[in-house]
Amino acid sequence: MAQTEAELLDNPVAGNPTLILRSPDFHAITEVVAEAVERPTPSGWWFFFLPALALLGLLGVAVSWLFWEGIGIWGLNVPVGWAWDITNFVFWVGIGHAGTLISAILFLFRQKWRTSINRSAEAMTIFAVMCALLFPGIHVGRVWVAYWMFPVPNQMSLWPNFRSPLLWDVFAVSVYGTVSVLFWYVGLIPDLGTMRDRAKTRIRKIVYGFLALGWRGSVRQWNHYETAYLVLAALATPLVLSVHSVVSMDFAVSVLPGWHTTIFPPYFVAGAIFSGFAMVVTLMVICRTAFRLDHIITLRHFDYMAKIMLVTGTMVGYAYATEFFTSWYSGNPYELFTFMNRALGPYSWAYWTMITCNVISPQIFWSKKARTSIPILFALSIVINIGMWFERFVIIVTSLHRDFLPSSWGYFRPTVWDVSCLLGSFGLFFTMFCLFVRFLPMVATSEVKTVLPQADPHGQHGPERQIKGRAARPALGAPTPEGAS
Amino acid sequence: MPLLLPQLPQGPHYGILAEFATPADLYHACEKVRDAGFTKWDAHTPFPVHGLERAMGIRRSPLPWIVLVAGLTGAAFGFGLQWWVHASAQPLVISGKPLFSWPAFIPITFELGVLFAAFGAVFGMLGLNRLPMHYHPLFRSKVFERVTDDAFFISIESWDPRFDPSATGKLLESLGARSVELLES
Repeated sequence: MAQTEAELLDNPVAGNPTLILRSPDFHAITEVVAEAVERPTPSGWWFFFLPALALLGLLGVAVSWLFWEGIGIWGLNVPVGWAWDITNFVFWVGIGHAGTLISAILFLFRQKWRTSINRSAEAMTIFAVMCALLFPGIHVGRVWVAYWMFPVPNQMSLWPNFRSPLLWDVFAVSVYGTVSVLFWYVGLIPDLGTMRDRAKTRIRKIVYGFLALGWRGSVRQWNHYETAYLVLAALATPLVLSVHSVVSMDFAVSVLPGWHTTIFPPYFVAGAIFSGFAMVVTLMVICRTAFRLDHIITLRHFDYMAKIMLVTGTMVGYAYATEFFTSWYSGNPYELFTFMNRALGPYSWAYWTMITCNVISPQIFWSKKARTSIPILFALSIVINIGMWFERFVIIVTSLHRDFLPSSWGYFRPTVWDVSCLLGSFGLFFTMFCLFVRFLPMVATSEVKTVLPQADPHGQHGPERQIKGRAARPALGAPTPEGAS
Repeated sequence: MPLLLPQLPQGPHYGILAEFATPADLYHACEKVRDAGFTKWDAHTPFPVHGLERAMGIRRSPLPWIVLVAGLTGAAFGFGLQWWVHASAQPLVISGKPLFSWPAFIPITFELGVLFAAFGAVFGMLGLNRLPMHYHPLFRSKVFERVTDDAFFISIESWDPRFDPSATGKLLESLGARSVELLES
């Protein structure tokens, strides 16, 4: 009954798809996930953590210098008043979206394959939102008055302008960050209980015990817990669609050619999911290899994720084409100029990088070989994120650099501090992710256990499915699943 | 007793804890315990076992109502805040728009509705589950440590009117329990 991964992928409708390979029992799932946290720090972890920490240090230097000197240290200036700061912000918010899509939307659609990757994808969301919140926070220049963004009663009797999309953005992203943390923590509670019950040292007992809140897996508790999880998923679904829509309104509500289009909200959401899945693939390839989770995070998971990247990448390509059509059809010379300039002007190199990475490269995922090849997936996931970063750069900078008056035209060039802030944000992201995989269970074991065949209290009732002469999956590890009728 | 305080039986014994080998064994045992008329009892599993709450006769969680109230409160607060700021506290004409330009208030109304609803869901769930409760008599049991790993339990509390230390233990044994343990309070 040795089924290879390739055999399982051959027939996607073979009864319930096998999501977890090698038929582990419940304890084996706990063991492989918890052991990754409990064993002494492997040297390979430092190999990722120390460079990430160094980049985080660079971020500290860059941000300190920014606060000391002001945003003049960056390359932005009239007419390009927004550049890498907002590019990075939109990029990082977008990365987060795949995590919420996996944890909330796929949950509502009963996509059980999400259980293997949802914990780490949600963690990715939180760290990406942290990176995203950094940039609007620091780009205001006078950070000590950043609290003016919030409706706080103050000595000047001034209130923020709630009609501004920039303020909608403050609310959308901070609510998104908060709800993502809540959702993630609720999902973690049963697994923190596992870590508590396995803890050997006093400090682990105290820390995990405190965080597990005294969880005891009672069915009366699971009843409220599952309802809470379902409700949070139902809340996070419209929330995640609203967040990048609101981010896109930062641009779309302005009257600038290149920004002022109604296609932006759906186009931004598709792009966000596209880049987010690429980041999930990057991280999951590393985790699966480093922690030997190839039976939990299987090629089937990558196959599904590659299909989502193919769909969303093609949607993004369609949006690029629609923008051009609209600018021509509008008959507005400024619109038309902006888009011709985008493709053929001084930033055409950035535009064609974007098209190559986002529209052309994911087409390789029409091939199943590519969808199930780890090296191709890994390489493309990085290419796609480069492309998606360029998409935001193209939207922001090319629309600004040719102002209505030719006397105000300019060309943005980044400075070393722009580069430091971008690299530093990756340092923050990967430092957090390294700490996450070191100290918290990176797979939701209590959810993965529910997709094992022996988790069903009724065993395999009904007619057994025979596919291509292969017997239905045996419920290995469960002594006698058909204990009674 | 107030809703949020821990509800634990008084007396020398907390109750009886019985371990079952598989979700199927637990499921059928729960049906029998339910039919025997016990009320102060619970089952414990490492993951949510599908349909077990029905086998135990547990009602649906009232949590969605808490979330609905919290969400509507948040939305009303968000809308009211924006109306108050722009039409009352600081009536400033911006871009020639009316002071009470309600369509522009919708995004933040929605976001605050979601925020409050999410808090309602999480804290409502913790409240209904009486968590955090870092001490519980069940944690005295050594085998219970595996409840978050691969073990399945039924616990019957001593203040159940039908509880009897020896007869209840025998009942659980007859239902196929692997081990039965009497726990102190």
